[in-house]
Amino acid sequence: MNPKRKQRLILILLGVAGVSIAVLLVLFALRQNVNYFFTPSEIAAGNAPQSQVIRAGGMVREGSVKRSDGSLEVRFQVTDFASDVDVMFEGILPDLFQEGEGVVVIGKLDENKLFTADTVLAKHDETYMPPEVTHALEQAGHPDTMNK
Amino acid sequence: MWQMFVRWFHKWSSPKWFYEMSRPWSFWLGWAAVLLIATALVWGLAFSPVERVQGNSYRIIFLHVPAAFLAQAIYMTIAIAGAVGLVWRIKLAFYAAKQCVPIGTSMALLALITGAIWGKPTWGAWWVWDARLTSMLILLLLYLGLWALQNAMERQESGDRAAAILALVGVVNIPIIKFSVNWWNTLHQPATLKISSAAPMHVSMLIPLLMSILGFYLAFGAWMLIRTRLEILDREKKAKWAQEEIKRLEAN
Repeated sequence: MNPKRKQRLILILLGVAGVSIAVLLVLFALRQNVNYFFTPSEIAAGNAPQSQVIRAGGMVREGSVKRSDGSLEVRFQVTDFASDVDVMFEGILPDLFQEGEGVVVIGKLDENKLFTADTVLAKHDETYMPPEVTHALEQAGHPDTMNK
Repeated sequence: MWQMFVRWFHKWSSPKWFYEMSRPWSFWLGWAAVLLIATALVWGLAFSPVERVQGNSYRIIFLHVPAAFLAQAIYMTIAIAGAVGLVWRIKLAFYAAKQCVPIGTSMALLALITGAIWGKPTWGAWWVWDARLTSMLILLLLYLGLWALQNAMERQESGDRAAAILALVGVVNIPIIKFSVNWWNTLHQPATLKISSAAPMHVSMLIPLLMSILGFYLAFGAWMLIRTRLEILDREKKAKWAQEEIKRLEAN
């Protein structure tokens, strides 16, 4: 390779490596800000600020959804299987909202650790299966379906 | 082996050779792409079963995922072509890089629009500022920056070099898009298609998805060759062979 070309190639590689390191350092420093939501464990540990709008994410705990009669108020628990957060929401839930499925709630945490949400977003996972297959797997006690 | 590669590389770096060889290639790649994408979409949209949680709304995946893959792959193509152009001063690399930009921009736009259309019925929001969506928006802005930079300079050669440098700086965004869903909490779900493990997707959905992705790649190949051919004629219009070719095309 002629020396001039080699020099230009090395310059480009060093430039790309330099920019990458700089950006990765910035992202590492800002890692908490880049996260879209707090997990219930982080909230339990007191890492989430109170009385300002935050997002919390996790699974809707099975059997925790309680609707009230005569209003749209609904209470449920969001869990990461280590800690739980009690959530109160008044409004229409997204179609994919279900017990045992992922959810992100946007709202404020009060001093009693009750999370009052003004938006509920449903989070789905990366699995794509037809309903009959899931049903058949459950019938057979397939391990993939047991912890759902 | 290395000698053969160098000779092959030199041959393809000649605009005239490229112009002649790309004609049959673009034809066959284009038709294979049309066939694959049409089969994949009919299969995916009409014959694949509904999804257990998302029902029918998951079907936009057959457009969303190929577009998002391509937006990233085309960006890497532009960056590599830019580096080849800067180091070896090969004109053709800059021509191809320039003509990839509008294709990549349209793919990034398609990925963002189909993502929004998918997000509303499943998540309950058109847009959220999570790491995956935001880094994808940055990719679109990088594409627009490349487009502007290539056309901003008095001399086309300066525009080519400036855009190549921007493309190389922006390469850092590609792994961020890819790993954003693993590094941070995001509303966007993690990757379904991984090299390391089997996809958690039923075969009746997986096959049309893979076909669609392959079809999009081939379509990009064909589209890029066709656009680069025009760029060659435009930039080489002082060469005798190019003038003859332009005359021939005008006569038809």
